[in-house]
Amino acid sequence: MKRKQKPKLAVFKFASCDGCQLSLLDCEDELLLLADAVRIANFAEASRAVLRGPYDITLVEGSITTAHDAERIREIRARSRFLMTIGACATAGGVQALRNYRDVKEFTRIVYARPDYIDTLATSTPIADHVKVDFELRGCPIDKRQLLEVLAALLAGRGPKVASHSVCVQCKLRGNVCVMVAHGTPCLGPVTHAGCGALCPTYHRGCYGCFGPAETTNTKGIEGALLAAGASHEDIARAYATFNAAAPPFRKAQEEQLVQIRLKEGPRG
Amino acid sequence: MARTIKVDYLARVEGEGALTIRFKGDKPSAVELRIFEPPRFFEAFLRGRAHLEVPDIVARICGICPVAYQMSACHAIEDALGIHPGGAIRALRRLLYCGEWIESHGLHVFMLHAPDFLGYEDAIAMAKNHREWVARGLGIKKAGNAIVTALGGREIHPINVKIGGFYRAPTVAELAALLPDLSRALEDAEMCLEWMAKFDFPAFERDYEYVALRHPDEYPFSEGRIVSSKGIDIDARDYEAHFAEEHVPHSTALHAVVLGRGDYQCGPLARFNLNFDHLGERARAAAERIHFVPPCNNPYKSLLARGVELIQALDEAIRIIESYTPPEAPAITAAPRRATGYGCTEAPRGMLWHKYTMDEAGLVEDARIVPPTSQNQKCIERDLWQLAPALAAMPHAAATRRAEQAVRNFDPCISCSTHFLRLSIERED
Repeated sequence: MKRKQKPKLAVFKFASCDGCQLSLLDCEDELLLLADAVRIANFAEASRAVLRGPYDITLVEGSITTAHDAERIREIRARSRFLMTIGACATAGGVQALRNYRDVKEFTRIVYARPDYIDTLATSTPIADHVKVDFELRGCPIDKRQLLEVLAALLAGRGPKVASHSVCVQCKLRGNVCVMVAHGTPCLGPVTHAGCGALCPTYHRGCYGCFGPAETTNTKGIEGALLAAGASHEDIARAYATFNAAAPPFRKAQEEQLVQIRLKEGPRG
Repeated sequence: MARTIKVDYLARVEGEGALTIRFKGDKPSAVELRIFEPPRFFEAFLRGRAHLEVPDIVARICGICPVAYQMSACHAIEDALGIHPGGAIRALRRLLYCGEWIESHGLHVFMLHAPDFLGYEDAIAMAKNHREWVARGLGIKKAGNAIVTALGGREIHPINVKIGGFYRAPTVAELAALLPDLSRALEDAEMCLEWMAKFDFPAFERDYEYVALRHPDEYPFSEGRIVSSKGIDIDARDYEAHFAEEHVPHSTALHAVVLGRGDYQCGPLARFNLNFDHLGERARAAAERIHFVPPCNNPYKSLLARGVELIQALDEAIRIIESYTPPEAPAITAAPRRATGYGCTEAPRGMLWHKYTMDEAGLVEDARIVPPTSQNQKCIERDLWQLAPALAAMPHAAATRRAEQAVRNFDPCISCSTHFLRLSIERED
């Protein structure tokens, strides 16, 4: 009698801080159980062992910032049955995407003595811009409970239960007092994707949007509340320009603020 | 016949890198530790950001040691603002740093480095024969993460660190809840150190210049002068007068050197050698029980230095929690001003130096960040130069493993370097 082979799990990294794949190693109570349920086929941060594909579940961390990486993700996709991106870099370009609307040559000159040694694209783009992605897990970093839920669902052959509403809903469920209404603290909770458990308001600060835009957002709608809480258009523009700066709703919201700033400054002459 | 020792993608390190060693006859002709982590430009896009945003942004340089980035940034910006949080805020910051040392050393010692000594591909394979040690290691790591989570909100990229202190100070009960797991982890760390002391450490020594912070009466985390085993004793603001970063073609990470001398080592072994007298009683007694005392010039024994530091951090965390009284305000504030500030703290893998210049409104005009991996990179290459003849005499698979292990002595964090390992040994006659 032939035993069914355990599914192969692979983890690949592109431009990133390693924090999202570290979330897997931070599952201290579940790691050895998970290792019993799957075969770790490729996970450079944790193992030197490399098994050939195809992989049943591929986790991709990081964004595409070099021509070589754009090619590498196509090869990985071809070897993967189910490909899931983990984190803001892989799903929205990450903090690296702050280069996208700037002069990357100038950035290279600021950081490196020999810019001619540096190979980089002018943009940092999400994985879905390059290949088909089967599931995206948000967050900078992802939440390890969400990661375990998705992996457990995949292994059980059911759909993952990952909320797509805003941080505000989680904050209410947690019973927090609203930091914006009660304390006048600017907060991106109303437009930010759930997943963190409304951490920042729980720690008495405003949400800074690290899970990126919720599925449906009204960034225009909270502008008034942010301004009333004392944020300037410059502050709001910067708030959207962080770890999910290139996610379309946040990018659009930032541009709208930049328009407001230019209107305020008046015509240049 | 040309020979190449080549590690195409170094595993069990953070980030992406490769190693090539070329031989001419029996002598190495080139050692290149190539870091091909794509550039991420943090210093560039910090320009124009508000100083209060900096701790959240720099955390994203590294998922393993975000606290170190946040702490160096806070100290540098507070230096510019002219504020020095003391009392309970300072104690809480030390506690947060203890948490990061515990989780990071726990990860490196048990999951990344120990498998080298026992001949496994990874900790999961190691767990098949050594499940209780791996489980102990995971328990220690978890206790560290629990500190960072309680104080910082989450273990990766904590949200509660603020210029001047914290957004919210924890209650006595929130911290006291951590004590049972920390006490168990401390006993386990002592047992693990004795277990690891019996590992087979390759015979290898080099005359290193060790560089670390030194505080008048504490084992260093975030304050002190930058000192070295060859006479450096300077304030953090004078770093640039004694150290330089060089750009080499084969790596996106800059190489830091001591001006006029060259490579140096920072990290656990440097701290251990330079600050042994400031270890707490419990950590020092544990080190002495295994006859591990300075000077130690064998980089493979950095594993033991991390083990001793695990005991130090767990012991200190327990003491901080037991004497904790919440601060009157979670943070102190100061109006922005035009100034330049410097901050240097001890990340788990070594010194992390930051410098920021801000304008009147508190917007960053210029940022400079020197991470531990940049500082250790040249030192790693020098180790491999010396190791090369021994590698050349080994079968290829064994040589590759030994070279990887030598790199992992430094727990290099390649994404940190923003700027890890394929080993190739090439030989031409």
